[in-house]
Amino acid sequence: MTEQRTTAPEGALETVRVERPVVEFLRMYVRNWAAVAGFIVFSAIVFAALFAPVILAVDPFEMVWMPFTPPGQDGYFLGTDNLGRDMFTAIVYGARATLVVGGSAAALTIVIGLTIGSLAGYYRGWVDEVLMRITEFFQVLPPLLLAMVLVALFEPTLPTVAIAIGVVTWTGVARLARAEFMRIRELEFVKAARSIGSRDRRIIWRVILPNALPPLIVNAALTVGIAILFEAALSFLGLSDPNVMSWGKIIGDNRDYLLDAPWTVTIPGVAIFLTVLAVSLIGDGLNDAFNPRLRER
Amino acid sequence: MLLLAVVVFNFILLSLVPGDIADTLAGESGGASQEVMDDIRRTYGLDRPFHIQLATYVGKVIQGDLGTSYYFNMPVTELILGRIAPTLLLVVTALVLAILIGTLFGVIASRRPNGLFSHFVTVLALVGFAAPVFWTAFLLIVLFVAMLEIMPLSGLVDPTTPRGTLTWYLDVLHHLFLPVLSLSSIYLASYSRLARASMMDVLGSDYIRTARAKGLGETAVTYKHALRNAVIPVITIAGLQFSHIFSGAVVVETVFTWPGLGTLAFESILRGDTPTIMGILFFSAMIVIVVNLLTDVTYRIVDPRIRSARNA
Repeated sequence: MTEQRTTAPEGALETVRVERPVVEFLRMYVRNWAAVAGFIVFSAIVFAALFAPVILAVDPFEMVWMPFTPPGQDGYFLGTDNLGRDMFTAIVYGARATLVVGGSAAALTIVIGLTIGSLAGYYRGWVDEVLMRITEFFQVLPPLLLAMVLVALFEPTLPTVAIAIGVVTWTGVARLARAEFMRIRELEFVKAARSIGSRDRRIIWRVILPNALPPLIVNAALTVGIAILFEAALSFLGLSDPNVMSWGKIIGDNRDYLLDAPWTVTIPGVAIFLTVLAVSLIGDGLNDAFNPRLRER
Repeated sequence: MLLLAVVVFNFILLSLVPGDIADTLAGESGGASQEVMDDIRRTYGLDRPFHIQLATYVGKVIQGDLGTSYYFNMPVTELILGRIAPTLLLVVTALVLAILIGTLFGVIASRRPNGLFSHFVTVLALVGFAAPVFWTAFLLIVLFVAMLEIMPLSGLVDPTTPRGTLTWYLDVLHHLFLPVLSLSSIYLASYSRLARASMMDVLGSDYIRTARAKGLGETAVTYKHALRNAVIPVITIAGLQFSHIFSGAVVVETVFTWPGLGTLAFESILRGDTPTIMGILFFSAMIVIVVNLLTDVTYRIVDPRIRSARNA
């Protein structure tokens, strides 16, 4: 043990300080029942996506029964679609594409946005100038339209879709990160770190970033929601991998039969809606847990 | 400058596309000899070096010439100008509606921060964010077209209506209702939450206390003094989000086969009609830039302080 911890109260105080934020954080999060519900729903969807081949060892593209069987009839819980494929199987398997594409696209969005935002906010000057011009450039182009063009240009596979979504949605994260970095870099402890000779890289990653994380984590939940919505829109328009079942694709395949078999269109929509809702409730919960004082809003 | 960047970016992006006009045309006519293919490439200037092609394209765009659509065989500029009115009608109506109703909802909710209506706004914002716009559109179709049978399913106007008459305009409005409702629902939801938050901020400020101290009634304070400031964040976000609304319009247009730029963009992507896609990207970027300028102008109208600060 080091000399600083010779007296008992001081050591005790330190252990409390290490544990308290996490416990406090969890307590604040659990107090928000909607956020807990969101977490439960999201976990269920992740579970379905992970274990889809175990729960339902069938091909979601297989034609199993008469087309347009209404939900509940002949033992098909959610009915069948235009080609007689089981809707329930399609929904369970669709969760995989949604989460894989949504998750990786959101990760890419955050990596690009955080890199550009932190460099611009930390270095200011001409770096900021150049990076912000690039950001403006991407803000001027309609994101979905650009994503559609990108997917159409290259092969319509899941990685392409994820990259296209990442490329068109990072500007918000970049602006947020830039603002946080600009604010924090002027604070005392950053000056202290600089005065003891820390390098830029250390200051960016080890000093500023941890303090900029709370708003970025809350924003990450939103980012995942947006990425899922983009994936749904692209696969709805038929601009995604035609060999992978996804919620948007089911809707796109069945849109012409909306008036005769509305469940084929409405049910996958409910799945998208619930997933994005769950993610944004989690985001709200994180926000409350990070900023207890803002709860009244 | 930004527009020039868009033009260059578009050109580089689309020159990466595998296959060109010769492949498209040859494919449509069921195959062609190498000679014919070369001839087509020469006609469209595709045999020249890349940087010359780029310079030629940029030069032409500056003169308002966006090339010729491979599919329609007509100037892209003309094609786009013919399709832009329905899109602007849809997008602007949806945006204005979302700002007006969203602000109104936010103001009403802010007067009772813990009231029923305020909770309704919270729920509305969550639902509006999470619902994919095409799903909202289909639900509205099921409700209004299939069940109530009071709304048309798709299109801009009933083709049998004589053009230019009052009935024609009314029919366009009738067809506009569902697309606008679907598109504005997302933004209405987020704007009402935003308006409520900024309204509550403003209502706690000193000059509102002064206005109340003067003996002004609560209605005058809310609508004459507070609203002006509370609406500024809504306008800011609406301006910033304009390119997103444009994106939403692409989806809504394809759902309702609304004959605007969105439908054209989607169909051109499927057809591989490169000049048209480039043209639409360019035009939409231009519209977004114009809207951002308009947002600045709107600030000056809404907030006198910005006006005097800039004039000083």
